[in-house]
Amino acid sequence: MSPWRRRLLFGIPLALAVAGGEGFYTILRRMQANNYDPHALPSPLIGKRPPAFSLPGVAGMQGFANTDIAAPRQPMLVNWFASWCVPCLQEAPMLAKLAASELAIWGIAYEDDPQALAQFLAQNGNPYQRLAADADGTTAINWGVYGVPETYFIDKTGIVRWRYAGALTDDVVDSVLNPLLTKYA
Amino acid sequence: MKRWLALLVLLPALALAQDMVTRDGVTLTPAQEARAENIGDQLRCLVCQNESIEDSNAKLAGQLRGIIRQQVVQGVPDQDIMNYMVQRYGIFVLLKPPVSPLTWLLYAMPVLALLLGGVAFFAARRGGAAPAPLTEAERARLDELL
Repeated sequence: MSPWRRRLLFGIPLALAVAGGEGFYTILRRMQANNYDPHALPSPLIGKRPPAFSLPGVAGMQGFANTDIAAPRQPMLVNWFASWCVPCLQEAPMLAKLAASELAIWGIAYEDDPQALAQFLAQNGNPYQRLAADADGTTAINWGVYGVPETYFIDKTGIVRWRYAGALTDDVVDSVLNPLLTKYA
Repeated sequence: MKRWLALLVLLPALALAQDMVTRDGVTLTPAQEARAENIGDQLRCLVCQNESIEDSNAKLAGQLRGIIRQQVVQGVPDQDIMNYMVQRYGIFVLLKPPVSPLTWLLYAMPVLALLLGGVAFFAARRGGAAPAPLTEAERARLDELL
């Protein structure tokens, strides 16, 4: 066996192992930095309008239907959440911050109890301009919602441009939401 | 007499009713249930992503099982029920994804691996020619050692 050959036989597996390790390390680091979620799914709603629905208001607020978000004047968010959901609680300060920046956020309470919901809003603030209740989760299934919180970015023409599953963080807002707001302003 | 007649009429109905099964809020015949289970086995639960809808304890999976059964009872074809799910959750919901540009690499992987392995195998064999004959000095050293 020539020394060249021996070097290759040793070097190639070593290089593969190093490349694999590098790859896994990058995944782990990005998961830790919260900008990569291996469980995240692409939403089939991207590039489309939300399916037809009409949901009643809750906690003294006005509900809405798909026709109400068919052509918002500005890009907006539809935020699915529930008072029983822990990440939703963590997300509340971020939503409050976004609402204060005059971004329209409409909420849909997913399989929630109106009383618990009212208490949740009283404790954590209410960032929503409108708030609808999807009491039995049917509209959620039609949207392809698979957990709460989920946030949908809807552009001026009523097309869904982005779906984020999980609590919005500073990192996600800086790296994805803000560029989208600029792009679709 | 009338009572007996009524019982005679009701008996087959009762027997039939006993055969019915109720799952996730829907009552259906065993054949329909088998069809629904077959569909649910091919769909991924989106909450616990390595389980099928049929196996999962997640609430969403239960709701989806109910929807599948309602549609089975209504006589919706299997493919349309699958499409209903794909339309909402994307092809990720299928435990066996279709061959598409997105999954091409996945399905081509066994063939690619075989080809790569074959190339490596033959490359290793080709180079396996007999080593160069020993020099005079090496032969002397070998004799000494043996």
